[in-house]
Amino acid sequence: MTAPLSIELLYREESGRIVATLIRLLGDFDLAEEVAQEAFAAAITQWNEGAVPDQPRAWIVSTARHKALDAIRRRAILSKKQREIAVMAAIEERVAPAADDASAMDVVDDTLRLIFTCCHPAFSHEAQIALTLKTLCGMSTEEIARAFLVSPVTMAQRIVRAKSKFRAAGIPYRVPGPSELPERLEAVMTVVYLVFNEGYAATAGDAIVRRELCAEAIRLARWLVELLPAEGRPRALLALLLLHDARRDARTRGGEIVLLEEQDRSLWDGAQIAEGLVLVEAALRAERPSAYALQAAIAALHARAKRAEETDWRQIAALYELLAHLSPSPVVELNRAVAVAMVDGPERGLRLLDALAARAVLDDYHLLHAARADLLRRLGRFEEASAAYRAALALVSNDAERRFIERRLAEVTGPLRPSERC
Amino acid sequence: MQYMLLIYENEAIANAMPPEQMGAVFQEYGTFTKSIVESGHFKSGDALQPIATATTVRIRDGKTVTTDGPFAETREQLGGYYVVEAKDLDEAVAIAARIPASRTGSIEVRPVMVFEGGM
Repeated sequence: MTAPLSIELLYREESGRIVATLIRLLGDFDLAEEVAQEAFAAAITQWNEGAVPDQPRAWIVSTARHKALDAIRRRAILSKKQREIAVMAAIEERVAPAADDASAMDVVDDTLRLIFTCCHPAFSHEAQIALTLKTLCGMSTEEIARAFLVSPVTMAQRIVRAKSKFRAAGIPYRVPGPSELPERLEAVMTVVYLVFNEGYAATAGDAIVRRELCAEAIRLARWLVELLPAEGRPRALLALLLLHDARRDARTRGGEIVLLEEQDRSLWDGAQIAEGLVLVEAALRAERPSAYALQAAIAALHARAKRAEETDWRQIAALYELLAHLSPSPVVELNRAVAVAMVDGPERGLRLLDALAARAVLDDYHLLHAARADLLRRLGRFEEASAAYRAALALVSNDAERRFIERRLAEVTGPLRPSERC
Repeated sequence: MQYMLLIYENEAIANAMPPEQMGAVFQEYGTFTKSIVESGHFKSGDALQPIATATTVRIRDGKTVTTDGPFAETREQLGGYYVVEAKDLDEAVAIAARIPASRTGSIEVRPVMVFEGGM
């Protein structure tokens, strides 16, 4: 009846936390994932027959433990190795009865352990992301491969390599101590942010998988907020993700990109915006707002504007200036220039962009050329605009963005400039 | 005089070796080690885990920066080594970060291979 649905929900919500507990008990990522899968499979058969347990989560953990013990016993018998038998004895001790009802505290700690281990700085970002999605989010290797546009074999190798490094290099399965926490949390938030960006930035590839990446990133950010209530930064990150993701339905129309100012704002997710705005307020009250808080505040100003013309560009430009001081990057300067153009006119914005272009740090970034082209277009300097659009086209990799730039290029070379049409 | 003998080789070759051939190589290492122990030349020596397990530690602007993989700066040359006992990678990295060269160069942290039953 409703059992299959509830198992699926339980899997979505709990598989990461269940695997987290199993990894602590078993000391082995692969075995933990394998027996968790088997336990969920057993749940589907048994619960469908009407035997739904009172505490589904505890049932899964306990079933998975028994399956793990069986697996270890089989291995021990096969290898007849003293070491395997010793490992089994140790695990039997830890897995022993009483432990069946893991306390709420254990679940929190286990989940944090897994989050910090997946995002351990000894792994590359690529490995951190793959490991996080696989073990915490319960995505399959194929799904992750599809989301990152690599072959399943490549993704599988990445995951295997990370897991074997976890074992061989002695990466600890623990929550970092207070002195390391700030830095380690930063690494975790970077991973969450990268997962979100991968889903949000590109519109190529499998749209459903990409949307799922955004949802998983939001779920991870929620976990951080819930598990580390004393930390302000996860709240700012969650706000940022919620406010961006709220625009998802308005961002594309028939596979084409719709610019922020042209989006149908009634399609924005009002509930998500409301939640994001509350979080932003709290994040900005912090003594030193993080870069995530400033970015979230910028997203909040966009979200507050009922119509594009009501956008408070002056405040957005000011926030970008703060952001440029806090975490300087050419991309932040690019965005600031665009905001300044909205406040003080395209000429001022273009001066900033030209200064940025002169530093040649963003030569390969199509959005710099597209932004310059846009300001040149607004100034009526069509010839220079079309050159800049062409530079952007040569660099853009996303199809929807390419079509957008092509349309703009046609505008400046087409009807307005019939002489250049041949 | 003491000398450190550094073993450089292509991991891919060892990975592609059939088990029998690998066994023969291990045996050869065993014989060699035994011979230099008996001749009194041996001070210490270990096999290392593959480069995939390596982590590089640098101190930059007072912050510990760890990255996946072995160091890849051709400007830096091997200048020394420590073998330390640490309870996990975090502890090993914390120790590596205290080596003065971590501020100017980089320290590769690579787990030592432990053979079951010894060699």
